[in-house]
Amino acid sequence: MNIVVCLKQVPGTTEVKIDPQTNTLIREGILNILNPFDAYALEEGVRLKERCGGRVTAISMGPPQAEEMLREAISLGADEAVLLSDKAFAGADTLATSYTLARAIEKLGQTDLIICGRQTFDGDTGQVGPELAEMLGLPFVAYVSKIEDINKGMHLQRMVEEGHEIIELPLPAVITVVKEINVPRLPSLRGLAKAKSAPIPVWTAEELAIDMDKVGLKGSATRVVKVFSPQRVNRGEILQGEPEEQVKNLISKLGDAGIV
Amino acid sequence: MGILIDLDKCNGCGNCIEVCPFGLLELVDDKVQVKEGCNFCRACQEACTYDAILIEAAVEEVEVSDLHRGVWVFAEQRNGKIKGVAYELLSKGRELADTLNAELSAVCFGHNVAEASELTGYGADKVYLVDAPIIKGFEEDLYTAKFVELICQYRPEIVLAGATPMGRSFMPRVAARLRTGLTADCTGLEIDLGRRLLLQTRPTFGGNIMATIICSSKRPQMATVRPRVFKKNTPDKERKGQVIKLDFERGGITSKIKLLDFIEDLTERVKLEDTDIIVSGGRGLGKAENFHLLEELANVMGAALGSSRPPVDEGWIPYSHQVGQTGKTVCPKLYIACGISGAVQHLAGMQTSEIIIAINDDPNAPIFEVATYGIVGDLFKVVPMLIARLKGR
Ligand SMILES: Cc1cc2nc3c(=O)[nH]c(=O)nc-3n(C[C@H](O)[C@H](O)[C@H](O)COP(=O)(O)OP(=O)(O)OC[C@H]3O[C@@H](n4cnc5c(N)ncnc54)[C@H](O)[C@@H]3O)c2cc1C
Ligand SMILES: Nc1ncnc2c1ncn2[C@@H]1O[C@H](COP(=O)(O)O)[C@@H](O)[C@H]1O
Repeated sequence: MNIVVCLKQVPGTTEVKIDPQTNTLIREGILNILNPFDAYALEEGVRLKERCGGRVTAISMGPPQAEEMLREAISLGADEAVLLSDKAFAGADTLATSYTLARAIEKLGQTDLIICGRQTFDGDTGQVGPELAEMLGLPFVAYVSKIEDINKGMHLQRMVEEGHEIIELPLPAVITVVKEINVPRLPSLRGLAKAKSAPIPVWTAEELAIDMDKVGLKGSATRVVKVFSPQRVNRGEILQGEPEEQVKNLISKLGDAGIV
Repeated sequence: MGILIDLDKCNGCGNCIEVCPFGLLELVDDKVQVKEGCNFCRACQEACTYDAILIEAAVEEVEVSDLHRGVWVFAEQRNGKIKGVAYELLSKGRELADTLNAELSAVCFGHNVAEASELTGYGADKVYLVDAPIIKGFEEDLYTAKFVELICQYRPEIVLAGATPMGRSFMPRVAARLRTGLTADCTGLEIDLGRRLLLQTRPTFGGNIMATIICSSKRPQMATVRPRVFKKNTPDKERKGQVIKLDFERGGITSKIKLLDFIEDLTERVKLEDTDIIVSGGRGLGKAENFHLLEELANVMGAALGSSRPPVDEGWIPYSHQVGQTGKTVCPKLYIACGISGAVQHLAGMQTSEIIIAINDDPNAPIFEVATYGIVGDLFKVVPMLIARLKGR
C-alpha cells in the first residue's frame, strides 16, 4: 500500500500573540513544530504500512526550514519525504495549497491512500484535506477515528456529533483523521539515525510543472485583508462571600438571564 | 508581483514596521527590509509618508460577473430535523441580502423534511428543497455533486453553511470543485457594498488572532459559520416565500462511499455543538470518578458535558467531550468551567459562549479573565451546593 501523509510545520501556538501596541504578530522565539494533528495522520500511515506493507511518504509544502519537520517524520516511521518549496508557493490559501499538494501527489505516482490531519494550528481551517480530494478526484472521508478493516476498500469509523458512522471507502482515497485514532509513538533510535542522513528532495514549481496561476498568493481565491486581536472584554465579576452566598448569588444571576 | 523598498527614499523611520499585520518588516542598517511571507495588503504602503514602498499589483482584481446574485444558506438537516445554525444563518443572511438588495434562499437536502416550509418564516424568499429518499442521510458525494449543480444553475453570489462536521466536510469539496474561495469557521460577516464583497472574519492561531478575509475574484463567496455565533430571529409565520421542489436525478452522480452503520453515542451528553448549556471539567477534578459530580450537575441543568484536554489525555472521559483548539468549538448560552485554568487552547474553543461561569480555587487562573461570573473556591464544595440549590427549585 502506498500511503502519502500531508504534514505542515506550524508555530507552536502558545507563544503567538499580537503586540497590543503595534497590532502585529510577535514572531520572536516561536518554535516551529509538526502540526499536532498531523502527528496522528503520520502515525496512522505508519501503522497501516506495518499492517499491510508498502511505503509511507511524507509531503509538506512550506519554507525551506520545514525540512527539519520532515526529518522528524522519518524518525517517526516515514520511509521518505518530499518538500514542496518555492517562493511562488508563498501566501497560498487552502485552494492553492490543495492544488499544489495534488500535483505533487500525482508526480509521486500510484498512491492508495492520502492521510491529512483534521486541521492545522495556524490556518485552522480543516479544508485542505477535502479540497485535495476534489483536486485529485478521489473519494473522501473526514474525521476518521478508526480504521477497522482493509480489503479492497477500507471500513472506517467517522466521528459525527451524535456518534460514529461506519463507512466503506474504496481506494484510492483521501481521509482526515482525528486525535482519537491513535497515540503517536516516539522516534526510534534507528529512525533517528535514518532521519539524519535521509535525502529530502525539494520540488519547486518548475519540477512540478505546475500552473503558476494556481499556486501561492496568485492562485488563492481568498485573501487576508486585516488581522487584529480579539476583543476580550473583561466581563469578569468575581462573586464574593462564603460559598453558600456565592452560589445563591450565582443562581439569581442565572435566573435574571433567564437560564434557570 | 512583489514588494520593493526604494532605498533612496526610505529614511528608516519605521512607521511601516508597526503596521505590518504579519511583522515582516525590519530595519537593517537604517533601511527597511521585507521578510518572506508578504501578502501585499498595502498597510505599509499607506503608512509610508515618503513613497518608499512600491507594490506591484499583487492579484489583478478580476471582473466578477454581475450574473451572480443572491445569498444562499445551506439548511442542514439530520433525521429530518433542521439544525439551529440554519435558522441563525437565515437571520444573518436576511441582513446581508437586504444590504445587497438581493434575494435570500435556503437550500435543503433530505427526504420528507417537514420543517422545510418553515424556513421562509426566518427570512428566506425561496426554499430550494431537494427531496429524495436516497439523500435521506448525509450522502456526502451526492450532496457535493447536487449542490455544485445548483450553484452553477442559479448562481448565488454568497453561500453560507454551518461549520458543523457536515458543513466542514462537504463545503470545501464544493468550493474546490467550483475553484472558489471558502472561509472556515467565521464569527463575523459584513458586506462591503461598494465592491459587493463579503467581509469574513474568523479566528486563527487558536483564537489568538482575528483575520478578515475576502474573496474578490471568484464567485460564489463561500463561508462556513460556527453555530450560535449569530442570533436566530423569531420566525414570522405570516412571511410568504416560495418553496421550490427539485428532484434528485441521479444522472451521472455516483456515491463512492457507502454508509454501513451508525453507532449512536448513548451518553447523550456529548452533543456539545447544539446545546444551550455545557458543564465542563478540567484537571481540577482530580480523577475520573469525579466526573460523576459534573454529570449530576449536567443532569439537573439539562446540559451537555465538556472537558479540557488533561481529563481526555488521562482517559477520564472520551475525546468527543474535549473543548478547545484540538477539540470542539462550542458557543452555548452558558458554559460552566469547573477546575479549568483557562489555557489559551481551551479558551479558543469556548470563549464566545454567551455567559461563562468559572469555578476555580486559584484566583489568578486566566479563566477568570473571560468569565462573566467567577467563583473562587473549591469546586468540590461549590458544585454540590449548586446541585442542591438547583434541585430545590
Ligand atoms: C498543541 C496543544 C493543543 C491543545 N489543545 C487543547 C484543547 O483543545 N483543549 C484544552 O482544554 N486544552 C488544550 N491544550 C492544553 C492546554 O494548554 C492546557 O494544558 C489545558 O487546557 C489545561 O487544562 P486544565 O485547565 O484542565 O488543567 P490545569 O491547567 O492543570 O488547570 C487545573 C485548574 O484547576 C484548578 N483546581 C484544582 N483543584 C481544584 C478544586 N478542587 N476546585 C477548584 N479548582 C481547582 C487549578 O487551580 C487549576 O487552575 C493544548 C495544548 C497544546 C500544547
Ligand atoms: N502546507 C501544507 N503542506 C502539507 N500538508 C498540509 C499543508 N497545509 C495543510 N496540510 C494538510 O491539511 C490538513 C488541514 O489543514 P488546514 O486546512 O490548513 O487546517 C493538515 O492537517 C495537513 O495534513
